[in-house]
Amino acid sequence: MDKFTTLTGIAAPMPLVNIDTDMIIPKQFLKTIQRSGLGKNLFDEMRYTPDGAEIPEFVLNQPAYRQSQIIVAGDNFGCGSSREHAPWALLDFGIRCVISTSFADIFYNNCFKNGILPVVLPQAAVDHLMDDARKGANARINIDLENQTVTASDGTSYGFEVDAFKKHCLLNGLDDIGLTMAKASAIDAFERKAAVTRPWA
Amino acid sequence: MTAPKTLYDKIWDDHVVDTSEDGTCLLYIDRHLVHEVTSPQAFEGLRMAGRKVHAPEKTIAVPDHNVPTTLDRANAATMTEDSRIQVAALDKNARDFGINYYPVSDIRQGIVHIVGPEQGWTLPGMTVVCGDSHTATHGAFGSLAHGIGTSEVEHVLATQTLIQRKGKNMKVEITGSLRPGVTAKDITLSVIGATGTAGGTGYVIEYCGQAIRELSMEGRMTVCNMAIEGGARAGLIAPDEKTFAYVMGRPHAPKGAAWEAALAYWKTLYTDEGAHFDKVVTIRGEDIAPVVTWGTSPEDVLPITGAVPAPESFSGGKVDAAQRSLDYMGLTAGQKLTDIKIDTVFIGSCTNGRIEDLRAAAAILKGKKIAPGMRAMVVPGSGLVRAQAEEEGLAQIFIDAGFEWRLAGCSMCLAMNPDQLSPGERCASTSNRNFEGRQGRGGRTHLMSPQMAAAAAVTGHLTDVRELV
Ligand code: SF4
Repeated sequence: MDKFTTLTGIAAPMPLVNIDTDMIIPKQFLKTIQRSGLGKNLFDEMRYTPDGAEIPEFVLNQPAYRQSQIIVAGDNFGCGSSREHAPWALLDFGIRCVISTSFADIFYNNCFKNGILPVVLPQAAVDHLMDDARKGANARINIDLENQTVTASDGTSYGFEVDAFKKHCLLNGLDDIGLTMAKASAIDAFERKAAVTRPWA
Repeated sequence: MTAPKTLYDKIWDDHVVDTSEDGTCLLYIDRHLVHEVTSPQAFEGLRMAGRKVHAPEKTIAVPDHNVPTTLDRANAATMTEDSRIQVAALDKNARDFGINYYPVSDIRQGIVHIVGPEQGWTLPGMTVVCGDSHTATHGAFGSLAHGIGTSEVEHVLATQTLIQRKGKNMKVEITGSLRPGVTAKDITLSVIGATGTAGGTGYVIEYCGQAIRELSMEGRMTVCNMAIEGGARAGLIAPDEKTFAYVMGRPHAPKGAAWEAALAYWKTLYTDEGAHFDKVVTIRGEDIAPVVTWGTSPEDVLPITGAVPAPESFSGGKVDAAQRSLDYMGLTAGQKLTDIKIDTVFIGSCTNGRIEDLRAAAAILKGKKIAPGMRAMVVPGSGLVRAQAEEEGLAQIFIDAGFEWRLAGCSMCLAMNPDQLSPGERCASTSNRNFEGRQGRGGRTHLMSPQMAAAAAVTGHLTDVRELV
C-alpha cells in the first residue's frame, strides 16, 4: 500500500448526497479479477452515455478535473454494498483523498486498506472546500495527515480526526497484513497450543 | 469460578491470538472458504507481496456465483468471457497455492456454504470466514462464522487470522413448536420482520428455544443463513446430538480417538446458566405463520394470509421506502397477498438448496403440474444434493411437474450467471435477498420457503401451502 503523508492537488466538487458504491462502480464491473484497471469505469453510469461516449457535464470529464486527486463530496459518501471495488476504482483513477461530512462505515474502512484518506469535516468546512474545488486548477487543496489538517487555497486550515492506528498505518504505508505478520510468533504459539487442545481443527 | 459465558464468548475466547491495548483482537481462523468473485484480488495481492497461503489445508475453494447451472456448462462457451476468466483464476489460484479445491467438474462442487458442512469442513466451535456475507450459515453447527471483505480475505490467506473487535451478545429464542406448514425459513424471515434489517447490527445472535432444537441441521442452517439480513454478522446455534450425528462420518470430520476428543470439547459449547445477553428477542413458535415478503427489503415480511400494507401505515423514512417498494414491485396497498400472480419460481440458494428443502418442495409437487406459462427451476445446492435427489426420485417429481432440473450453483439467487429475471418478471424465490434488481434488472422477488414456492408454482399465484396439503 502506498504511504499517505501530504497531498496537494486539484479537488473535484461532487455535492450530491448519498453517492453509493453502485454509482462509484456498477455491478457489471465486479467480474474483474484485478484491483487495478477499474478507474476507467469509475462513476461509469454518470460519466458515460450507454454507448460509451463521455458526458461532458460530468465533473471528471471536464478538462480542469481530469487530474483530480481529491473529491469533495456530499453527505454519506460510499453507502450501499461492501464491494471493495469502490475504493479500488477511486484509487485507480488517481483519487487519494475524499472529503465529506460523513461516510458509510464499510467504505470508510475499506479506504484505509487501500491508501485512500477519507476526511470528515463539519458542513461549513466542506462548503468552503467545495467552493474552492469549483475553481478547478486555480485552487489546490492541501492535506497533511501527520498534522491532521486540510488547508484551502486561501490558507484557511481545518483540523480533522482520525483513528491513531489507522493514521499510523497510512503514514507508513503499512498494510494490516504486514503488521499481523510481525506477530508471527504469537500466531505460531497459538497454533502449537491448538494442535494439542483442538487437533481436529 | 469464572463468570458465566455465552456460546459466542466461549468460541471467541478460544480463538484470541493477541489483544491490543485498545481492545482490538487478532482472532485465529480455523476454516477459510473461498469463491471466485471476492478472491482474485486477494490472491493477486499475495503474489505481488511474495506471500504464501499460511494454512492451505484450512482453506477451501469452490466456484459457485458465476457458474452456469445448465447441463451444457462443461462447454466454456456457455459463460461470458469475464465470468470464465474469473472461474479460471480461481482454478489457477487454488492449484498454485495448494488449497483444497472443488472444481466445476467435481460432483462435490456447489454453493460454498453448502459444500463446507457437507464435506465436514465446518465443525462445532470453529471460526469460519468467507468473502461472502452468508457465511453465517455455518453458525448452525455452533461455529462463529461471518463474511469478510476482499482485503480481509487476503489477510486471512496470509496469516490465518483476522483483526476484529468483539460484538455484543443477542439471544433470539423461539419457544414451543412450529405449526404444520411452518418452516425454518418462516422462523428466520419472521425474526427479521420483528427486529428489522438493522436489529442485529453490532451483535452476534444465538438462536435457541424448543422450536430451534426441533429443527434438523438443514433447517438450522436456513435460520443462521439469514442472520445477516437482520444486520448481525453471525448467528449461531449450540451444537447437540443432531449436530454430532450430522457431522459424524463426513470426509473431513475427525475420526476415532480424535472424534472422541472433539466430542468432549463440543459438549462444552453452550451458553452457561446466567450468562449475559445485551439484547433478547422471544417469539412463540405457535405464532409463526407461513410468510412471504412483499417489498424490496427482507424485513418486508407478512403472513401469507395478509394484504399488501399501505405505506402510510409505517413511520419515518420507511413511508417513502415502502412507497418506492410498492412502485418497484408493481403492487397496490390492500391487495391480498394470495392474489399476487407469479410467473417464475426459483428453488435453490444457500438458504434453501439442501436435500430437505428439495424433499419438502417435491412433497407439494408430487403428481401435480406447474401453472401454464410458469418458468420454474430447481437448482440443487451441490452436486451431491443433486445426486441424492435423483436417487430419491425427487428429480423426477420436479421434472414431471414441469420444473427445470439444474446443476449446482448460486444461479438466480444473485443473477451473476445467465439465470436472471427480466424486467417486470415476478418470482417466488427460496433465496435470501429481495433487493431491487437482485435477481435481474427490474425483476420482482418474493422470498418464501420451498413449500410455499412449490405451492405458488402449482397455482400461479402466492398461495398458503396449508391449503394444498
Ligand atoms: S446462493 Fe446466493 S446468497 Fe448464497 S452464496 Fe450464492 S449468491 Fe450468495
